[in-house]
Amino acid sequence: MESAVGSRPALWWAVNLSALLLVVIWTLPTFGILVSSFRDADQLAVSGWWTALVQSERNIITRAQPPVEAVEENGAWVLRGNVFEDGGEVRAFGVSSRAPTDFQPGETAELRRDGTVRIEADGSYEIVYSQQPDGKRGQRLFVTSLENPKFTTENYETVLFSQGLGQSFINTLTVTIPATVIPILIAAYAAYALAWMQFPGRALLLATIVGLLVVPLQMSLIPLLRLYTDIGIGKSFIGIWLAHTGFGLPLAIYLLRNYIAGLPREIIESARVDGASDFDIFRKIILPLSFPALASFAIFQFLWVWNDLLVATVFLGNNEEQLVLTGRLRELLGSFGGDWEILTASAFIAIFVPILVFFAMQRYLVRGLLAGSVKGG
Amino acid sequence: MALADTHPSSSTAADWNVGSILLTAALTVIIMVAGLAFSVAVAVVVYMALELILPDITLLNAVLVMVLGVAACFGYFWGTNQLLDRIYPPRGDNIAANLIKANAIRPWLFLGPAVVILGIYLVYPVINSIVLSFMGPDGDTWIGASNYSWLAGDAAFRESMRNNILWLVVVPAAATFFGLVAAALTDRIAWGNFAKSLIFMPMAISFVGASVIWKFIYDFRAEGSDQIGLLNAVVTAFGAEPQAWITVIFWNNFFLMVILIWIQTGFAMVILSAALRGIPEETVEAAIIDGASPFQIFMRIKVPQIWGTIAVVWTTITILVLKVFDIVLAMTNGQWGSQVLANYMFDWMFRGLDFGRASTIALVIMAMVLPIMVWNIREARKDM
Repeated sequence: MESAVGSRPALWWAVNLSALLLVVIWTLPTFGILVSSFRDADQLAVSGWWTALVQSERNIITRAQPPVEAVEENGAWVLRGNVFEDGGEVRAFGVSSRAPTDFQPGETAELRRDGTVRIEADGSYEIVYSQQPDGKRGQRLFVTSLENPKFTTENYETVLFSQGLGQSFINTLTVTIPATVIPILIAAYAAYALAWMQFPGRALLLATIVGLLVVPLQMSLIPLLRLYTDIGIGKSFIGIWLAHTGFGLPLAIYLLRNYIAGLPREIIESARVDGASDFDIFRKIILPLSFPALASFAIFQFLWVWNDLLVATVFLGNNEEQLVLTGRLRELLGSFGGDWEILTASAFIAIFVPILVFFAMQRYLVRGLLAGSVKGG
Repeated sequence: MALADTHPSSSTAADWNVGSILLTAALTVIIMVAGLAFSVAVAVVVYMALELILPDITLLNAVLVMVLGVAACFGYFWGTNQLLDRIYPPRGDNIAANLIKANAIRPWLFLGPAVVILGIYLVYPVINSIVLSFMGPDGDTWIGASNYSWLAGDAAFRESMRNNILWLVVVPAAATFFGLVAAALTDRIAWGNFAKSLIFMPMAISFVGASVIWKFIYDFRAEGSDQIGLLNAVVTAFGAEPQAWITVIFWNNFFLMVILIWIQTGFAMVILSAALRGIPEETVEAAIIDGASPFQIFMRIKVPQIWGTIAVVWTTITILVLKVFDIVLAMTNGQWGSQVLANYMFDWMFRGLDFGRASTIALVIMAMVLPIMVWNIREARKDM
């Protein structure tokens, strides 16, 4: 049997290139903010991230040293300095805002007050006055420069320590850890009962859980908010832990039941014959065997809770101690709409943990998805 | 027969049944409450004791709560089972009767916490929302069907419905289509798993994070200056005028949908790829022998065999689309004609502060999910 693909080089190329195109389109957006978050804020604001590695043209307006500091040299008063703080290459310069690019580096420009200025390509300037000048305001210099690409971790320092992302990161962790672990045990026991124990109403309960899988969260928000206010939980971590537990349970029970019901009957029967109680069977046999399913759900729940905005907005406050990463990101998006150095760095802080978890545990995530979807849910 | 039913002996038998059921139920509840009270009490005491010793750090607090929460769960299950074994010991003279009674109670001890939590967090809210939809802004005064008549005449609601329907048509179709293409392509190449990982990755990114990522792509600078948004850079490179994409009435909806399609394609791809690989080899081989082209094999042989899975992917994404909220909130907050139901509900809840109206909108979302819910339950019952 000859392979349908191998026999046609043209098709091989078409498939590989189309796949490459898809991958590039799907990766590029994330890659863009990753690159941007490390770029210098000024460069980021004026040039696309795809130009991050080439020199960028930039217009600088700077002031030379004040004329009073000019030093006498050979009968003239001279000021020397550099228009750059950290390097670059002058493309053109000028001395008035109307003609900012009239002179090439190395040329000499006439100042309005009698004197001349010369700017070299490396940014060093020399202003020569024929008489002793006075005045404290330095001459304005307009420079078009080619700047080397600048990469920095400053954006991250800014958002972590002065925009509160660091605190929000901790808040998100605080919400996520218990909200991921607590539902697992509750769901596992229920799943075992639904899979292997006989009791009236089992089918109905199972159908209810399948139904609850798709109940929109929006239904629960107002009733629970009122309930929380009435019983005094208010906006607290305990409230959101329980809420995420509740919202995650249907999927947890459904996934785990499907898995546990698929375990070999003989193991459970023979344990029963040996006199093991259901409690022992669950603890000693089911729980260890179900590890893959438990891991699948744990990843789902982790990603869901970490990435959730709605539940956190409703059940947690807007203060420093409770604002989670997604909420903070949304606030920054509102108040720093155009400051991409802040937004890109913040976004990356918010997404890198789930992405790490995703790549590390992808196997279990895929298995969970398949168990949850292909079987009909 | 009717007379026989009222016969004293049969009525005592019924009484005995009802009585024993009530007794079992009462005992179950007592054991559950006792187990819960005990384990929670222990957890709270330990928590308070540790709180005095440990430094006041929320993260440490969270880890502590996690450990104690798991311990309390385990304590509940262990404690209630111990209690049940004390009441009906599985040994001695009455072992058979005891086992039957214990086996009637035990499933409910296992299910107890889950049922209670599901009841409070999902079942009660559905009922309560229906009641609230007949209430005024504070959620306490009865105003009849006013919320529904308001909704029927509300222009913003109609706009949200229109947009939601657009989303419902475009996003599941596009995500499933791209997922299918990605699955077909990546299954045929040597670096397929690597490619799959990368296409799947946006799934791990939050909707807000994805909104930032795409807002950066849609970024707009006035004509003449360098565009830093990828889309406008491409558009201007072809000589067209740059646009502020997310403010373009009507079409901006599609720019927001792109974000969800980008996220969901990986999900569709993973599931459809598994389904494609599950197709029996013989059908494909037979088609190759008959001289079918690869494209024909895919469209005529493979796709028809995975319709069931395509339907599942489609409905799963449909449900997600109905609940879409974060993207609209972060990108436009419903401005420029991009409102959707979930965000509109949120709006009335937090800015309009009208619980009645917000609940009514939530019920509309629920009503749209309902057909899928019924279908899911029927499909699931077939398997069981």
